[in-house]
Amino acid sequence: MTRRELLLSALSAATLSDIASAQQHAQSAKESDAAFRYLATADAREIEALAAQIIPSDGTPGAKEAGCIHFIDRALETFDREKREIYRTGLAAAQKKRAELFPQSQTLAGLESSQAIELIRGIEQTEFFKLLRTHTIMGFLATPAWGGNQGMVGWAHIGLEHKMAFQPPFGYYDGAAK
Amino acid sequence: MIRYKPSEVVDFIVIGSGAAGGVVAKELSTAGFSVVVLEQGPYIKEKDFNHDEFGVGFQHDISNNPKLQPNTFRTNASEAATLGQRYNYGRLVGGGSVHFTANYWRFHPDDFRERSVFGDVPGSSFSDWPVTYDELEPYYTKAEWELGISGLAGSNPFDGPRSRPYPLPPLPVKSSGVLFERATKKLGLHPFPAPMAVLSQPYLGRGACVHCGWCETFGCEMRAKSSTLASVIPMAEKTGRCEIRSGCYVRRIQSNAAGRVTGAVYFDSRRREVFQKSRAVVLSANGVESAKLLLMSASKRFPNGLANSSGMVGKNFMWDLGGLVSGLFDHPLNEYKSVQVSRVIHDYYAADPKRGFYGGAGIDARFDWFPITFGLDGLPPDAPKWGADYKKMLGNYFTHTFSTLSHNTSLSVETNMVDLDPSVKDSWGLPAPRLTFQLHPDDVKNAEWVQKRQVEILEAAGATKIWTYPLDDVGISTHLMGTMRMGNDPARSVVNRFNRAHDIPNLFIVDGSSLVTSGRQQPTATIQALAYRAAEAAAEAAKKGEL
Repeated sequence: MTRRELLLSALSAATLSDIASAQQHAQSAKESDAAFRYLATADAREIEALAAQIIPSDGTPGAKEAGCIHFIDRALETFDREKREIYRTGLAAAQKKRAELFPQSQTLAGLESSQAIELIRGIEQTEFFKLLRTHTIMGFLATPAWGGNQGMVGWAHIGLEHKMAFQPPFGYYDGAAK
Repeated sequence: MIRYKPSEVVDFIVIGSGAAGGVVAKELSTAGFSVVVLEQGPYIKEKDFNHDEFGVGFQHDISNNPKLQPNTFRTNASEAATLGQRYNYGRLVGGGSVHFTANYWRFHPDDFRERSVFGDVPGSSFSDWPVTYDELEPYYTKAEWELGISGLAGSNPFDGPRSRPYPLPPLPVKSSGVLFERATKKLGLHPFPAPMAVLSQPYLGRGACVHCGWCETFGCEMRAKSSTLASVIPMAEKTGRCEIRSGCYVRRIQSNAAGRVTGAVYFDSRRREVFQKSRAVVLSANGVESAKLLLMSASKRFPNGLANSSGMVGKNFMWDLGGLVSGLFDHPLNEYKSVQVSRVIHDYYAADPKRGFYGGAGIDARFDWFPITFGLDGLPPDAPKWGADYKKMLGNYFTHTFSTLSHNTSLSVETNMVDLDPSVKDSWGLPAPRLTFQLHPDDVKNAEWVQKRQVEILEAAGATKIWTYPLDDVGISTHLMGTMRMGNDPARSVVNRFNRAHDIPNLFIVDGSSLVTSGRQQPTATIQALAYRAAEAAAEAAKKGEL
């Protein structure tokens, strides 16, 4: 087997299934809010509003466009089921704080960005917010098959080109050394 | 592949198919013996591997899952041990050799006689090895040529003599390697191309590395990483005498009244108990799992566990010590491409009494961050944790950062150990290993001293920002060494100089557990050299009818 054939066989084995799965998930996530498996839609939108302050959509895609909320929903439905209570109580506490700070507001999603930032400063040391940060970053940067990083926008943001093969030079300094 | 019946008495059972077990299985089966390899994890291959950081790194796809196999940890015997993952191993056919970074340097000649060279270190069980570098040299060479190692012989002035060069040239230098090489030369040091268990060119029917970058913690889809799965296990199977039986979790090594082992009892993948008979057993399950199994295999004749008349099983546990220092650079490095490491120094490897403590380190230039780990922990500790500024830094730093990782000595201390937790059980109802580990004061001083050297290197490399990580948390150990130490004195060691148990003539223990000292970490080459040598001794003993 030549190197090229090896490369192609590896490509068909690994990345095509990744891509197929990612597309399916992204598609179902886009179709409707019914794509949530665990979270109630209203709660999902509130959590998403907080995630959108962790990785904001400021000119380039953030947590919202990456679909991090779908990663979180999947986490709470499957591998992090035991963390549901942290979300439940954490979200309730965040709502309470919102009502205290901004009595006219109705929802977290309805807050101005500056208001949301002020609210998060008050909860950033809580177990809930730390977990939400972890999940949001994971969702932004995991393979799309896990529900987030839709369209690989997280990888695009950090400058990671996902390919099965590269050739040197890889960066500026090894290129300049040639 | 051949299938043996459990009732059939095979020549050898090999418990574990990793760096050591894979080598032993190949050596024994090609020498004509019947071999059953019992592996806890699944038999998956390159077509099953992927670049799924979340699955591999966080869901334990190819490593031990602490939800199923918990451990407890304490720093000393008077403390109550608490739950929390503290050790990691590859849990699939090929074991840790599948997911390791693939740094593949030899220990130095002085590593084997370092107690004599340096002197005693109070509060430790620091000892010379019962083997010398010269005795191991042919086996290092054999490992390098049979498994496929890329490197440049003679480029590391601190290396011991070698009988052959590496079979393959080094992998291409990365931007981190160029900057590291420039900086260390400026400091009067001696950088060299990293010896890697990754093929720089096609070799023995396997393809060369395509620089995808997903090596550490991942399996290689190209068979370019020289794991035992990619290299020697197929050779073992080709003999028609070696069965790789995966999904088999050994719970007991059976022994008889005559003091010999007779086989192994395991849970198969459906959790049914099976007893496989054998003439001899090679235990290669890693420094924690092997100790656990010996302690679980106590019998009337061996009330303190198998091979434990010395009381040394599980003792002298050495940890994977080292520190990371990161630097930011003006231009893109794109370190996520290609193997993690391309340049190394051994200038600080030798311990120097003038420093006022025992210790030393190898230091490499690397980027062993992947997107999620970098997003969570890769930025400087004073960086914002969320928000627009966090996002901006993340976008810039991922491609502009590289780290130096030090690989530090871990002194052997008898009270650092693995034993069985008295109450916590795993998902199969077996006792969880309890890890007791505390840094020796010299380990602490060494880590602080080495960290300063790493900062100097990044400064000389022109980093615009440099940041370190705390040294007091030893984290999760991935090099599991020392728990069944090798020695000539049966009262102070578990195996002899050929990895044969002092107490039980037909039991060999061949993995990181037999290491007397930690070298400067990166123990895989030495574990595999010992495995080739031990397999030869086991085959000779079997031919003489001793087993």
